[in-house]
Amino acid sequence: MTRTPLRPLARILDARAKGENPDLIERENLRQRHEVMRDKAIGRARFRLGILSVSFAVAFAAIGLRMGYMSSETPMEPKSEAGASSIQAMRSDIVDREGRILATNMLTNSLYVQTADMVDPPRVAHELAALFPELSEEDLLRRFTDGRSFLWIRKMLSPEQQQAVHDIGDPGLLFGPREMRLYPNGNLAAHILGGASFGDEGVASAELIGVAGIEKALDLRLRDPAQAGVPLELTIDLTLQATMEEVLGAGMTMMQAKGAAGILMNVQTGEILAMASLPDFDPNDRPSPIVAKGADPADSPLFNRAVQGVYELGSTFKIFAAAQAMELGLVNPDTQIDTSSLQIGKKRITEFDGHNYGPTKSVAEIMEVSSNIGTGHIALMIGAERQQAFLTSLGLLEASPVELIEAPGAKPLRPARWPDIVTVTASFGHGISSSPLNLAAAYASVANGGIRVSPTLLKRTEAMKGIRVISPSVSRDAVDMLRRVVVSGTATLADVPGYRVGGKTGTADKPRPGGGYYTDRVVNTFAGVFPTDNPQYVLIVTMDEPSGTSGGGEVRSTAGWTAVPVAGEMIKRMAPLMGMVPVVETPPENEITAVKN
Amino acid sequence: MTEMVYGSMPARALEPIIPRWWRTIDKWSMTAVMVLFGIGLLLGLAASVPLASRNNLDPYYYVQKQALFGSLAMLVMAGTSMMSPQMIRRLGIMGFGIAVLALMALPFIGQDHGKGAVRWLSIGGFSLQPSEFLKPCFIIVTAWLMAAAQEVNGPPGKVMSLVITIIVSLFLAMQPDFGQTMLILFGWSVIYFVAGAPMMLIFSVVAAVVMAGFTSYNLSDHFARRIDAFLNPEVDPRSQIGYAVNAIQEGGFFGVGLGQGQVKWILPDAHTDFIIAVAAEEYGLVLVALILALFCTVIVRSLLRLTKERDPFARLAGSGLACIFGVQAMINMGVAVRLLPAKGMTLPFISYGGSSVIAAGLTVGMLLALTRSRPQGQMSDLFGRRGR
Repeated sequence: MTRTPLRPLARILDARAKGENPDLIERENLRQRHEVMRDKAIGRARFRLGILSVSFAVAFAAIGLRMGYMSSETPMEPKSEAGASSIQAMRSDIVDREGRILATNMLTNSLYVQTADMVDPPRVAHELAALFPELSEEDLLRRFTDGRSFLWIRKMLSPEQQQAVHDIGDPGLLFGPREMRLYPNGNLAAHILGGASFGDEGVASAELIGVAGIEKALDLRLRDPAQAGVPLELTIDLTLQATMEEVLGAGMTMMQAKGAAGILMNVQTGEILAMASLPDFDPNDRPSPIVAKGADPADSPLFNRAVQGVYELGSTFKIFAAAQAMELGLVNPDTQIDTSSLQIGKKRITEFDGHNYGPTKSVAEIMEVSSNIGTGHIALMIGAERQQAFLTSLGLLEASPVELIEAPGAKPLRPARWPDIVTVTASFGHGISSSPLNLAAAYASVANGGIRVSPTLLKRTEAMKGIRVISPSVSRDAVDMLRRVVVSGTATLADVPGYRVGGKTGTADKPRPGGGYYTDRVVNTFAGVFPTDNPQYVLIVTMDEPSGTSGGGEVRSTAGWTAVPVAGEMIKRMAPLMGMVPVVETPPENEITAVKN
Repeated sequence: MTEMVYGSMPARALEPIIPRWWRTIDKWSMTAVMVLFGIGLLLGLAASVPLASRNNLDPYYYVQKQALFGSLAMLVMAGTSMMSPQMIRRLGIMGFGIAVLALMALPFIGQDHGKGAVRWLSIGGFSLQPSEFLKPCFIIVTAWLMAAAQEVNGPPGKVMSLVITIIVSLFLAMQPDFGQTMLILFGWSVIYFVAGAPMMLIFSVVAAVVMAGFTSYNLSDHFARRIDAFLNPEVDPRSQIGYAVNAIQEGGFFGVGLGQGQVKWILPDAHTDFIIAVAAEEYGLVLVALILALFCTVIVRSLLRLTKERDPFARLAGSGLACIFGVQAMINMGVAVRLLPAKGMTLPFISYGGSSVIAAGLTVGMLLALTRSRPQGQMSDLFGRRGR
């Protein structure tokens, strides 16, 4: 195209001869060539434009046909975000250590409405409102008729309710299969299990997710499709749990306490065999977690006192001071300690109820009578730094590692600074708060020969191996002291014949929210170990604000009168269940034995 | 007395502008476009309400805005369609210069409207998307260069337009906006095709594309997954496509009824990329078929009218404009019915968007101007002065 055209020389010469302008000829020539080229281009373009038009027409027709084909298909039901029906039957069961069911799934139905299929909305609204008192007729009718095509009525129906809804007989009422979480034992172990509710919902199925307790803490394990058929085995023993809750509940009523907690733990493995907190709730129908304004969230039945409750546990801490002092070689059980007076700065340490235990007592006697002054002197011998290190090594100053979602939130309260006065008060469990579960683990560590125990709800077959906190001989001495407290000290009501119980009482004034302490509100704790000749179990019983008279005339709010008898009753009932054989002390001959049943 | 002066302009029997415009314009196509715009407003009433409620605005805020921009677009369309091909060419070339400058300025002063791409310029409170205006202007420039190349002793227009195409594509890909890049490349190819690309070249390019497709399918996991997902007859109901398919099925032949649709509440792009799903759900196949027919009318009629056109510039520019307009609509709807792999693209005149609708008005206005019936050949050929 860019080639310069040859001039038709003959015509140009001819034109020149005639005196005409030869450029015109050249231009005419160019025009003709251009014309030919353009006609060719038009012909080609015409063909190609035809191809383009046909292609577009075919493409649009294809889209139209495809659209028509799709329109004639039946649509699927509205899908849940999580999609497929595979979310059904996925949550593992939870069983106790013997394989008894604690939590399982049950097939039920949800109720939903496709308004387009509904024949008689006013009648359906009327009948549904009659069936389910929580639904209002006007509201239902408004929702049926405001133009939406789909709405949920209820998440779950009982079989009777389902039949009743079925009998209404309207085609717009539809049932969606649902797996619901069922806790067949009701309130039993409610705080451990927590509860579950629906996550993503679709018509065909809904996802179950844990909302509290172990259901939430191990949610991923329970939802893991690979382990769907494998139940989650807990350390809880259903019979022990039931016994503990029954005795604890009776004790709480009798002592008129506002709450109570109990823990039974294996000292070797840290397995929790039973753990209860009262008041409790039914995980099948979890109460609302919203606390009324001004109310203490710790008074909600959802509150797990054994794990979340952070209390001053009082004199139960004294054994830790004694054990550490013996471990450090500062004292032995018979070392005489000053019990006459103790003054730190301006603060004077006194005994409970103004008792006076004389000028000196041995370490074992100090535990037996629970002397604050004597324990304070021992603590001063140990010193602040070593005391903190020891309490930390027992796990008393950190949140419990147990497998409950609530556990990490319950951080023990400890003073920011640790002067001598704190060293002294901490030695008898004041000015420092921890949870009953932490106390159970610490007692287990002291009683099992000195190996640190971390509490668990998941089965652990072997004894804890790990950090040694005290030597076996010190452990032996400490357990003997605890036995002495029960035999002749402050906890005699826990001395169940044949099971050689040892333990320590603790009574602490409750701290006021604004600072200082209440004079009339206490927390009573008993920390027990049995059998003392070969420690196997730790039992903690805590009573929150007992105000009863325990049968006597005056209000008896020391642990010896509240937590201890409850613990004694528990051991009396639970030890046989655990297969422990009582050591029958043959009564000396010629003595009359009173048999009471 | 008639005064005859040598060399004076020949007096033309001047017909008034509007009647001549009305006589020569493609009335069918123009009507189709206006109906499309009306349908767009109607669907906006349904599809943009969720967007407005998400942004806490008056429910019909976006409809009002779209009506305003749409009227502007209609004015632009009418005004442009009254121009002569020369005017169109000038307008296109100037517009191309401005649009390219704006495109180049984007990395520095552009805005990201939350899709991870810098596509918008903010001028006096209005957001503009230069790439929308670039498309029709680019077609004009390319057609101009290609047409010039067809002249004897013309410039090397094909090479020049190819260079421009590549530069513009790179700028668009940088944003990144692969949809517009594809449209630009497609526009150039169509013009080259109509201008007479050698058949050998076309076949070898098609072969190369197929080969490249196979190679990337075998070598690239990402590419292979996307193609597999597209070829898989089971559509994931949670994907955008899944919801769109479900909406089309819900709609059936006559739709679920005005305002009864659900998909617009679920899909974030219901008012733009998936507007056809909203149309299918609420009004059914009937409206979708009407939309398809209207688009088809505009494109096929324009292309057929262009077969009569003797002026190469008008022919090339017209076919380029008609094809990018058509392909954009085709891709948008093809994605919704799963004939094409997912690619975000607006449906001209129907989707919500100020820049989109005004640029569509400009595109169709230019197209209508170029497809007007003009004296073809006979007289001007005889007198040897063709308009170019």
